[in-house]
Order: sequence, then C-alpha cells, then structure tokens
Amino acid sequence: MAEKSLMKGNEALAEAALRAGCKCFFGYPITPQTEIAAYLSKRMPKVGGVFLQAESEVAAINMVYGCAGSGIRCMTSSSSPGISLKSEGISYIAGADLPCVIIDVMRGGPGLGGIQPSQADYYQITKGVGHGDYHIIVLAPSTVQEMADCVTKAFDLADKYRMPAVVLADGLLGQMMEPVAFDDAEIVMADASNKPWAANGHKNSRKHNIINSLYLQAPELERTVRERYERYAEIEKTETQAVADYCDDADIVVVAYGSTARLAKSAVDEARKLGIKAGAFRPVTLYPFPVNEINAAVKNAKKVLVVEMSMGQMIDDVKLAINCSKPVEFFGRTGGVIPAPAEILAKIKEMGGND
Amino acid sequence: MPDFKRPHALTDVYLHYCPGCTHGIVHRLVAEVIDEMDIEGDTIGVCPVGCSVMAYDYFNCDMMEASHGRAPAVATGIKRANPDKFVFTYQGDGDLAAIGTAETVHAATRGENITVIFINNTTYGMTGGQMAPTTLPGQVTQTTPYGRNTDIEGFPVKMCEMLSQLDGVALAERVTVIDPANIRKAKAAIKKGFEYQKNKQGFSIIEVLSTCPTNWGLTPVKAIERLKNDMIPYYPLGVYKDAPVRNKEGANS
Repeated sequence: MAEKSLMKGNEALAEAALRAGCKCFFGYPITPQTEIAAYLSKRMPKVGGVFLQAESEVAAINMVYGCAGSGIRCMTSSSSPGISLKSEGISYIAGADLPCVIIDVMRGGPGLGGIQPSQADYYQITKGVGHGDYHIIVLAPSTVQEMADCVTKAFDLADKYRMPAVVLADGLLGQMMEPVAFDDAEIVMADASNKPWAANGHKNSRKHNIINSLYLQAPELERTVRERYERYAEIEKTETQAVADYCDDADIVVVAYGSTARLAKSAVDEARKLGIKAGAFRPVTLYPFPVNEINAAVKNAKKVLVVEMSMGQMIDDVKLAINCSKPVEFFGRTGGVIPAPAEILAKIKEMGGND
Repeated sequence: MPDFKRPHALTDVYLHYCPGCTHGIVHRLVAEVIDEMDIEGDTIGVCPVGCSVMAYDYFNCDMMEASHGRAPAVATGIKRANPDKFVFTYQGDGDLAAIGTAETVHAATRGENITVIFINNTTYGMTGGQMAPTTLPGQVTQTTPYGRNTDIEGFPVKMCEMLSQLDGVALAERVTVIDPANIRKAKAAIKKGFEYQKNKQGFSIIEVLSTCPTNWGLTPVKAIERLKNDMIPYYPLGVYKDAPVRNKEGANS
C-alpha cells in the first residue's frame, strides 16, 4: 500500500474505480455526489479512460448499459432522486445480465427532499430499484477507506456474477475527509477479453452476440429468471459480509450500516464504559443480507436495536433475518438529520441496558 | 444481371413484419451497406422498442436491445468504449421523437459518431396504431379517433429539420423507399452515414418515410399512395444537412 492521503469519500471512491480498471464513467451532476464526476473528469483523460457527462441520469445509465454490453468496465454515480431516474435502466441491465457499478450517495427524500445525508433509500436499493424479479449486489461502506475498497469489490462481484453492483453511501461519507491508501499497482483499464458474451463486434469469428432482456414466451422468461435466482442463491450463500463488535456477551445488539454504524459504535463504546453490555453489528453487504452473521451476533442478546438515518427500513430485514426471535426496537433520525451518539446511548439505556 | 441474394448481414429467418410494411426494405438496405463496406464483424446495432424491437434477430452483426427511446444513449456508451467500431441505431418515430427526444437531440449535438436509422410511419405500430409525435394533422389513429387536432394534440415533430440546426450533426437526410429510385437514394444516404462514422465525422440520421398499411387501414398499394400524397408534402424529402463535423483526420472542420 502507498502512503495515506487525505481525501473526500467521493474522491477516494472515484480514484479506486480508476484503479479497478473502470474505463468509462457516465454521470450527471447531483448533490452530494458531484465530486465523483468532477474528479473523474480530471483523471479519466490522463489514464486513457472516458468521462462523459450525460444529458440526464436516464441517459447516463443507458450509456452504462451500452458500454457494459460491449464488455467494458464502467460506472455511473448519483444520489437518491437521480437513482429513481436510473431505475428503468438498472432493471434492463439486470435483465440483460450485464456487470456494472452504480454509486448512490443518499440524500434526504422523498421528492426533491434535501441535500443532507440520509439512508432513506434502503428499500429502493436493496429491493431491486426497478421493475421485475431481480436483485442487485449492495455494499455499504462506513469509512472513506471503505468507499475505496467497496468500489473495487463491487467491480469484481459485478463481473463474477454478471449483474449490477451498488455502493450505497450517504452524504456524510461522500463529503467527509479521512486518510485513505490505494494499491500501488499501475492503472490498467479492463478490456472485454474475458467476456465472450459481449456485443463488441464478432470479427467474423463467432456467431453474433445479442444483449437483450426481451422474452415474449412466458416459459422462456421464467427459465431465465430462475437461472438468475440460482446465481442469487450462490451469492446469498457465499458473499455476505458483516462486522460484529462485542456481540458475544451483549444484552443489546445495536444494528446499523454505513456512517450510522460508526455513530452506533460510539454509543456502544460509551455504553460499555458505563457497564452496559451492548454490542454493535454492522452489515457490509445489504444484499446479500448477512443472515447467518446476524443470527450469530444476537444469539445471546435479550434485545436488538436498529439505528438508521430513516424512519426504519433495514429493520424489516433484521426482523426477517432473525425470524423475530428477539424483540427488535428502532431509533432513527431522518430528513438529513444525523443521529447523535448520545441519543443512541439514551435509547440503549431506555431499553434496559442496565438490567 | 447479378444474382439477387440475401445480404450476409441479414440472418436467414423470416421477418415478422406485416405485408406491405417497409421495415423489410430498410433492414435490407442497412445490411447491404454493411456487406459492401465489409464491416459486419466490427458493427454493433441497437434496436428500439416498437415494431423493430426484434431486429436483433434479423441482423448478423452483434446487437443490443435498448429500452424505449434510449437507443442513442446506449449507442453512445458502446461507441465511447469502442471508438473504432461501427454503431447504428434503428428506431421508430415514437421511440426517437417522443420518449427518446432528449437522447436523440443530445447524441446529435455531441456529434456522436453513430448512424441513426429513423423509421417515420406516423404511428405507433407495435401497440396497435396510436398517435405518434409524427402523426399528421387530421390523421385518425386509435388515440385520435376524431383526427389529430393541433389545438389539442399539437403539431407533428419534424426531426430532420430540427436536428439540422445542431453543430454536431454531419448528415440529416429524409428519404423514402416507395419505389426503386427512392430506394437507391435511401441506400446512398445510409451508406454516407456509415462512411461519416468510419471517418469519425459526426452524427448522422437518415429518416425513412415508411408505410404501416395495417394500422393505417389501407392496402399496401394505397398505403404508398397515402405516403406520396399526404406525408411527403408535410415531410419533404431531401438533404437537410450534409456537413461533416470533423475532417477525415479527425480535426474539427
């Protein structure tokens, strides 16, 4: 690893994308993710890549569809309202089995909402985004270093399973500055050589490739969807990732992801100082949700507390994952308000953490 | 007399188009151009949503199916990643001039080195003949049962006229395929579009006035009469712009 440098989360993510061999970036300005586009507009031409500002989020995601269909690593980034616009294209990309990376730096909603950090798009991102039976991989970083690490992993998983992968961040992570380190390896743009399915010109050496999500015969469409779900089953079995701290003897396990997980961890640390047996559990993969990991983490707990920057969305997956085997309570702030560790600690105390 | 053969760039399957529809002729012209330029192995086609949605089964080059209206954005993504390949879109009037207007205009103004084949038959064929952005004033469709009333539905969109105003456009030409002379002109226009692409000289659009006997409720012969008598006066044939954006060496001209 090289020396650490101080970078914004959005810029660290953008630099890591380049280093992951992302040749093309198609984007559209929207706060609080615009630094990703601005950074890549500077860097891409210098490393042989392509930066293109599209006329809309709709166009940007369809440029990604075309580029990914030709077998080239590519990415787009946006924030909540822009992701709504991209949802059509994400469904088509999933339906055509194309690998790509999408960044969502969440802000408050609904509607135009606000530009402050939020996690109110958990449902939108983890439940498929667009229409149809499909999943997308969702990774949730909680530090600037993880913004960089997650995008690399997202490209690898997208290629491995031929599906879109999302890095789900929020305005706090995008805007904050922290030390970050990158691999020293030379930047090499990934080509389509290991993608025999790509529509990039058959060179008169193979049958024509077709990138498509249209199946007018119902049994044929069912078969392609079922095949995709076999891949999802493999992903759910092998690709989950989570971090558990002090959960083994915890009476109360606090579950949070992304930047909120750091606030929750601070509250848990404070609780421990007060003699309260609290633990912290952080899903890193939101799809696949770390079901086994969370069940192990709450095994000895009396209660579970879910903390989110929303009115409570991931809490549904927590309840499902543990099959409501423990009481699950919620604390959240929304609309761009960031929960304070003291508020979370108060909730832990209220839940009887001193029993 | 040379043999009349199927172009290699067309697959050996029956087309699903209705009798008297001109899609088949236009497909053939595109395929002949691909054959003559010997570029099938380096060409990626993008088909739309509409009657030509399954054109990916008809062309022998690599193909992608775009969502409704987004073909120029999809083509942009392919072309930017693969600047030395040939990329064309094949789109109808609803796709290109209604839901995809933004993608069309911006691919054009960026001067994307792609060729757009635009089928204007003044109706939504696939869904059963609703009003299109190009439906003529007074024209009866499923959603203009009393005829298109310009006070209510507004006026038809004239794409070649519009796009010819943009600096990124190298070629904007309106043709038709209702007789051999016009078919020859149409093919020459399509070939010019691909040639401009070869030399990275900017965006080209070839608008083909086309028939839809099924949804017009006319016989194929009467449909051609209607195209001549009603469509051509509103959508005059001709070259609206022919000015390569860049010279053959790639510098701005």
